[in-house]
Formats: sequence, C-alpha cells, structure tokens
Amino acid sequence: MELVHKNLPALIVVLPLCMGLITSIIGRRGLGWWLAMGTTSAVLAMSVQLLVNVLESGTQTVTYVMGSWPVPFGIGYVVDPLNAAVLLIVSMIATVVTLYARKSIASEIDPRRLHFFYALWLFCMTGLLGITITGDAFNLYVLLEISSLSTYTLVALGRNRNRRALTAAINYLVLGSIGANFYLLGIAYLYQVTGSLNIADIHHILTTQVFPTWSTDAPMYRTTVFVGFALMAVGLSLKLALFPLHGWLPNAYTYAPSSVSALLASTATKVGAYAFIRVLFTLVGVNFAFKLLHTDTVLMISAGAAILMGSWLAFRQTNIKKLLAYSSIGQIGYITLGFALGNVNGLTASVIHLFNHALTKGGMFMALGIVAYRTGHTRLQDLQGLGRKLPFTMAAFTAGGLGLIGVPLTAGFVSKWYLVSACFEQGRYEMAAIVLVGSLIALLYTWKVVEAIYFGKRPEDAPAIKEAPITMLVPTLLLAGASIYFGIDASTSSRIATAAAKFLLGVGP
Amino acid sequence: MTPEMTIMLALGVPLLGSVLIAMADRVPNLREAFTLLTALATFGLVASLYPQVIQGAQPRLELLTVIPGVPLSFRVEPLGMVYALVATLLWIPNSLYSIGYMRGNNEKHQTRFYICFPLAIASAIGIAFAENVFTMFVFYETLTFSTFPLVTHKGNSDAVKSGRVYLGILLTTSVCFQLLAVMWIVALHNGGSVSSLDFTRGGIFREGLASGAVDPAIFGLLFFFYIYGIGKAALMPMHRWLPAAMVAPTPVSAFLHAVAVVKAGVFCVIKVTVYVFGVDALRSYHQGQWLLYAAGFTILAGSLIALFQDNLKKRLAYSTISQLSYVVLGAALLTPLSIMAATFHIVAHAFGKITLFFAAGSVYTAAHKTQVSQLDGIGRRMPWTMGAFTIGTLSMIGVPPVVGMASKWLLINGVIESWSIPGGHFDEVFALVVILLSTLLNAGYFLPIVYRAFFKPLSDADQKHPHGEAPWPIVTALMFTAGLTLFFFFWNKPAFELAELVRRAVG
Repeated sequence: MELVHKNLPALIVVLPLCMGLITSIIGRRGLGWWLAMGTTSAVLAMSVQLLVNVLESGTQTVTYVMGSWPVPFGIGYVVDPLNAAVLLIVSMIATVVTLYARKSIASEIDPRRLHFFYALWLFCMTGLLGITITGDAFNLYVLLEISSLSTYTLVALGRNRNRRALTAAINYLVLGSIGANFYLLGIAYLYQVTGSLNIADIHHILTTQVFPTWSTDAPMYRTTVFVGFALMAVGLSLKLALFPLHGWLPNAYTYAPSSVSALLASTATKVGAYAFIRVLFTLVGVNFAFKLLHTDTVLMISAGAAILMGSWLAFRQTNIKKLLAYSSIGQIGYITLGFALGNVNGLTASVIHLFNHALTKGGMFMALGIVAYRTGHTRLQDLQGLGRKLPFTMAAFTAGGLGLIGVPLTAGFVSKWYLVSACFEQGRYEMAAIVLVGSLIALLYTWKVVEAIYFGKRPEDAPAIKEAPITMLVPTLLLAGASIYFGIDASTSSRIATAAAKFLLGVGP
Repeated sequence: MTPEMTIMLALGVPLLGSVLIAMADRVPNLREAFTLLTALATFGLVASLYPQVIQGAQPRLELLTVIPGVPLSFRVEPLGMVYALVATLLWIPNSLYSIGYMRGNNEKHQTRFYICFPLAIASAIGIAFAENVFTMFVFYETLTFSTFPLVTHKGNSDAVKSGRVYLGILLTTSVCFQLLAVMWIVALHNGGSVSSLDFTRGGIFREGLASGAVDPAIFGLLFFFYIYGIGKAALMPMHRWLPAAMVAPTPVSAFLHAVAVVKAGVFCVIKVTVYVFGVDALRSYHQGQWLLYAAGFTILAGSLIALFQDNLKKRLAYSTISQLSYVVLGAALLTPLSIMAATFHIVAHAFGKITLFFAAGSVYTAAHKTQVSQLDGIGRRMPWTMGAFTIGTLSMIGVPPVVGMASKWLLINGVIESWSIPGGHFDEVFALVVILLSTLLNAGYFLPIVYRAFFKPLSDADQKHPHGEAPWPIVTALMFTAGLTLFFFFWNKPAFELAELVRRAVG
C-alpha cells in the first residue's frame, strides 16, 4: 500500500494506459467492460485520495518526478487544488458513464469489437487524466494527442447509427490536429526563449529573466513570447471549443455513441478549459496575459458571444443531442468568462462550473442516450409524450434542464451566482447582463424540450416502450441527483473551487 | 417543541405530504385525506408560532448554507406571519373545494395536481419566513416552478401557451431584475457599503446612504429593479401572466392566483420596501412617488379592463390585478399607517377574492357556465353560491359589514397620515381620487353580476337544463370563506394585531 501511496500521481495515468493495452488483448466476451469498470473505479479512489492529500498538505501541492529525474530535466507531475479537482471530475464522470455504457454501447457497436471500444475508452481517460496532472508543457501535448486520437475514433464509432459520425470524426480530427499543432508550435517558441519545458520552470525564467528586460531599451524575445503565447491560446481555444472555434463540436457530440457524448461533454472540453487556465495563470501568468496583452478582453468577447450565440443556436435545433451540444458551447462561455474575469470569485465560478456542468450535462446526455436506446432517435418528435413512458429518465433530463437555466437549488445556480458576483466585483455589468440573458435563452431551449416531453402526444402507432434498464437508469439518476444536491448544499464544492482559485491567484488559502 | 422545530416542520410537513400523496396515487380517498391532513397540520404549525410573534419574539432557523456567506435562513416576523397564516388557513377550504371540483369535473392527472399544491405551499412559507434577500429569491423561484404544472394542468395547446406567458413573464422579471438586484446588494455587502443581507428594521441602506458609500441613484435603481423584479405583484405592465394563468382549474386560480402566488408578490413588495430599502430612506429620496403613480395607474386600468371582460374568471383576474395594487399603493405611501393598511389588505382581499373564485368554479361545475352574460337568474338555482359571491363582491367594493371595508378605511387613514407630512399634497390627492374612482369601478363591474343572478329571469335555453347547487365540498368551502369575510369585519384581532406590529416596526 505504501508503494501505491507514494506513486499515486503516476499510477493515476499509468494504470488506465496499461489496462487499455491489456483490454485490447484479452478483453473479449464482456471482460472488457469489467476491466474498464475496475480501472475507472480504482482511478476514482486514487483521485479522491489525491485531493485529500493536496488539501491537507501545507503547501497545497504534491509533486512527483518520473523515474527520479529531477525537474526541469525529467517530467514532473504537480498536483494542486485545481487539477486535483479536475482529476476528480474526470474520474467520477468516467466511472458513472462506464457503468452506464455497458448496455448502451452494446446496442450501438459490433459486439465482436467491444473490447477495442473499452481499450480506446481507457486510452482517452489516460490522456485526459494525464493532461490534468502533468507539470510539463510538452508532456501535456503528448497526452493531448493520446486523448484526442482516441476521441476521434470513439466519435467515429457512432457510424452504425448514423454514417455522418464518420464525417464528424474527420472534421474533428482535422480541427483537433490544427489545435494541437498550434499548441506544439507555441511550446517550441517558448522553448526557444527559455530552454525549458517544465511549466513552473518556464514561468520562473519568464518572470525573472525575460519580462524584466521588456521595460528597458533592449527587450529580450518580446515578439517570440507574444507569438508563442498566441499560438498556444488559439490551439487550446480550439480544443476547448471556445466560440468562434467551436465548429467541430456540435456534430462530434451529436453523432458519437451516447456514452461517448456523455463522457466528452462532461470531461473533454473541461480538461481543455483546465489546460487553458493552466497556461494563463501558471505558465505565462496573469500580469503578462491580462495586464500586458489584454487577453481577458478578447476572452470576454468570445465568452459573451459563446453564451448568447451558443444558447440561441441551441434553441434553433430540432435534434436534441445537437441542442445539448450547442448548449455546451454556451456553457463553455460561462467557464471562460469566469477565468477571464481573473478574480477569486470568477475563477471559483469557472472551477465550480467545470464540476456542476459536468454533472448536469453528463446526466442529460445519458438521459438522452436512454431515449436513443429505446426509440432509436433523439429528434424532438421522438421525445413527444415520453414523460409518461420514461418518467424517471425524463425527470432526470428536466432536472438537468433546470440546472442549465440556473434555477435556484440546482448546481447551475451556484455557478451563476459566483459568476455574476465576480462580474460585479470587476465592474463588468454588461457581462453580468449577458449571463442573465443567457439563462433566459437557456429557459427557451430547455422549455421547448420540456413541453414536448410533458405536453406532447406520442403517435398512436409508435411502438410501446418501457422505462430504461436499471444499469442505465441508476447512473443517470445519480448524476441528476448530484446536480440537485450540489445546488442545495454547495459548501463542499465551493470550498474546493475557492481553494483552487485562491491557489492559482496566490492569495493564500 | 422548540420554535426552530416548528419552522422546520412548517416547511417539511407539506413536502412530506406531497410524498404521501404521490404514494397514495391509486387510492383517491386516501390521497385526498392526506391533502386535508397536510393542510390542517401545516396551518396548525404556522398558527402555533402566532402567540410568540405577537409577544414580540422572532424565532429564527438557519437551515443550511447553500453558498458560503448566503445561508438559507428563516425568521418569523409579524408581516411574514400575516402572509403565512392567510396562505395556510385558506389552503384548508381550498383542499376541500378541490376535492369537489376535481371529482365533479372529472379532471385528469389528479395525483399530480395534489402533489404540486403542497410544494407551492412550502415555497410560500419559505417566502413568508425568509430572513434574507437570497432566501426570499430562492423560494420565490420555487413557487413559480411548482405552480407551473398546476397552471398548465389541462395540457392542451391553450394551457401550453398560457404556461409560456406565465413562466416567461415571471422568470424574465425575476431573473433580469430581482436576481440582478439581489446580486447587486450582495456585491455592495461584500464591498462593505451595505450593512447586512438580512431583512432589517429601517432597511439595510441606512448607514451606506448616510456615509455616502451608496450612491442615491443606485439606491433608486435597485428599488426600481426590485419592484419590477417581483412580477408576482402584477404591477402593470408585468401583469399579463395573471389573466393567462386563468386557464388553470378553478381551485388553482382561487388559491394561487388570489392568495398564495399574488400575495407572495405584494408581500415581497412590502417586505423589501420596509426591511430592505427602509421607509425613511425611500421617502427622503422621493422613491415612493413613481411607485404610487404606477400603482394608481394599475388600479384604475385593471378595473377598467375588468369592466369589459365577459369571461367571469378573466374579470376576477383583472379585479385581482387592480386590488393587488392597493397593497402596492399602501406601501408606496410610505407611512406607518399605510403600510399597516397594505398588510391588512393582504388578508382582506384574500378572503373576498377566494370566495369569488370559489363561486365562479361552483357555477362552472354545476352549470358549466364561464361567461358573465350566461348568468341570468342563476341565483335562484344556486342561492348559496351566489350569496357567497355577493359577500365577496361587497368586500371588493369595501362596504360594511365585510372585511374589505376595514382595509379601505385603514388605507384612507394612511393617506391622511401622509397628508400631515409637510410638502405638496398632490400625491395624496391622487391616491384619494384613485381609491374613490376604483370603488365606483369595482361596484360597476361586480354589481351587474349580482343583479343578473338574482333579478333577471332565467333564459329559455336554461329553463330546459335544470341543475342545482354544486357538490357539497364546494358549497361548504365557499360558505366557509364567505363566512370568514363577514366574520373578519367584526372580529379581526389576529390580523389587526400583527398589522399593528408591522406599523410599529415602520414608525
């Protein structure tokens, strides 16, 4: 046990990687699911332990060096309150969705290839967890590609239901690769300046050796750092699907298998947001990004547009999976707005919304997956009158919808509360107004679906359907219930989020 | 039982009741028994707090902390007690009435109907006892959502459309204005320029305004946001949801849209006027004025529109809009007596209006009539119903011996008190003119109904379709509320004493 404890940060990435390989070899005949389920549960336990370790340690960080090579030469894994929280989100959602995936995915892909699905699933997790935990900028790129490549394939697996999954996957592949390469190029520029790949080390060199020369007559590498940062920012914005770089997202989410949509919507873009926060606050620092370059203004404009346009486009959709996908673009706007505000409440809003939105949207995609499982489609007309046929599933969906609107006593309200508070603190009244208007547009698109569910009539000739199988229903209700619970008692979630925000801004616990 | 326990139970018992009702889905008699028991128990719990409140105690309960710094907490003070008592008391006859109405009209989805009612009541109690602006907002929103399934009960396209108007107006106002005001106040509080988020005697802005930390312009803007953020008070032009909500079954219209929901609105208006912004501060920055004119306009316009409505429930709805603004007018006059009148009118109007709605539903159940023009001679067939209707009518007009007279009396006293404050008296003259004109209008749109019912002969078509009174639960319920309307003219001690405490808290 001692060995496990000491190597926790490494194990959390290495375990799913190894298990993925093993699953692809021996995971036939249903064993794949058991392996995936076991791995995700183990990872969940580890990330809970890691979060506890971090919050209890005096410095609020746990550092781990790979193969005992000291940083900045070797790869260092650094866990602080922020990424400990993101690790927990990823592993928690992954566990719940894996539980759900068993029945759902069996109906969507060829049973002889199920073990490959679970192998990819674990690789995807490896990448997501790795991006989150690593303290090395280049290692982050490698893990970004691991998660992205497995994600492209996972999206393409939706082809049995709809061939358009293939185009969606190609589209995602092209744009995702552009994003990743922009990021890589940015790293190269910064490496040229600093000669380091370790995030903390780059920051140290930039702030002690490079930035101080900029006020003098001979500024060092000014343009190089600007360009490097710009490339990284654009690359990560693509990964995070920040408006107007969101083009790949709607189709990828819509045509992917249900479980994949649920996993991606609640973890992939969240990890993208995390990486962006990391680059802004830990790599280059707020003074450079916000005070010198005014990245915050650009981000706020994007975020405002994302909130309004994403939500409005969601309202215009008739395929409900696509509606949720566009709604995610809007919600990413809220997350971005939070960290663009750059104060404690704003960052808290971002971090807590990573968590709250993961619960809310994950639950909704899973509920929609049940609709697809029972009716074969997710169009608005397929949801007509389902309130009587699938009462629990539709209750979960409605609870999630209320969370997207931000009704009090749902998790979404807590996020919105922090976000609007932060806007007021910074005197950004127009952003506060956008957030409130955004929640009204969320009301429009949610209510469109809710009306169909509860007031619509299911056609007379439609086949009879039953409530979902228990292994799909329980995870869905679990996430929906959690999204309500964390709206009624947000003390735990906001404590962790505030700790993460204060740590990032260096304002003490 | 400690007062904390009582507050907790008053919120918890309705929730428990709705769970029990859901479980008794297949046994209608048991389900309705649960409804009645929950109603009785909830009223008993709220009423048991009355002796302490009247002695000046303000029991409080901190339930939980949703977000650090903003707890969900409750404090029972006289004004909240008035609203909570009225809502829970009238829920009892309304439950009885619902049984008669829902069965008599063979309504569908009755279980859902009975589940949502206690949820709405729990929200109403939450609003009544809220200790801070956050708690009030939370329960204000849960009241909107818990009543939505009741408003759209019929489920047809009409109901869906009205549901959109209902939710659209109530949420737009509460999110864009009220939440904004709440968040702004929280931001001011975090910045140290507002003393507290709790409802405080004299308002929370006193120190901030005195020291100059709060800009008077922002103070005025926040007041404006707050008042228009309370869409449930149906101040024009935010009133459209109320006529739309008339698509609901009559027990819903009667209880929610004459008592619980609309009174939540005007209650919140009084509450924030007195305990957030503070009467003195509002008066010194002349913030009561615009509200006075807005309320006066709503009173007259509502009455004028009511005059031309043939649909009985619509006419009652516009009458409600107009009567609600009496309360707002009382609050806007900003004197202790006028606030007392406003408080008292919450009770007076509730008793009268629920009786009128009960009568309208009774006519619909027994005779399937919805229009005023169809009511010729119906008083002879349904004497109890139309007798109760007449009592309700008199209360709306404000003539003795019914309770409406008492609140009008107090309101005029409030105007006179306002007159004694130095300065121009145009506002007071306006208020008096509004009260007098609207009394005439009230008589103008209510008395013809009474006249038709009792003095016009039955039409030939009606002669061929004999019918009697509505089922006994309906008649019992409406006789009970009509009795209350009469009785409260002669003995209104509890309401009067609580209102007196509110007056002292203002003065």
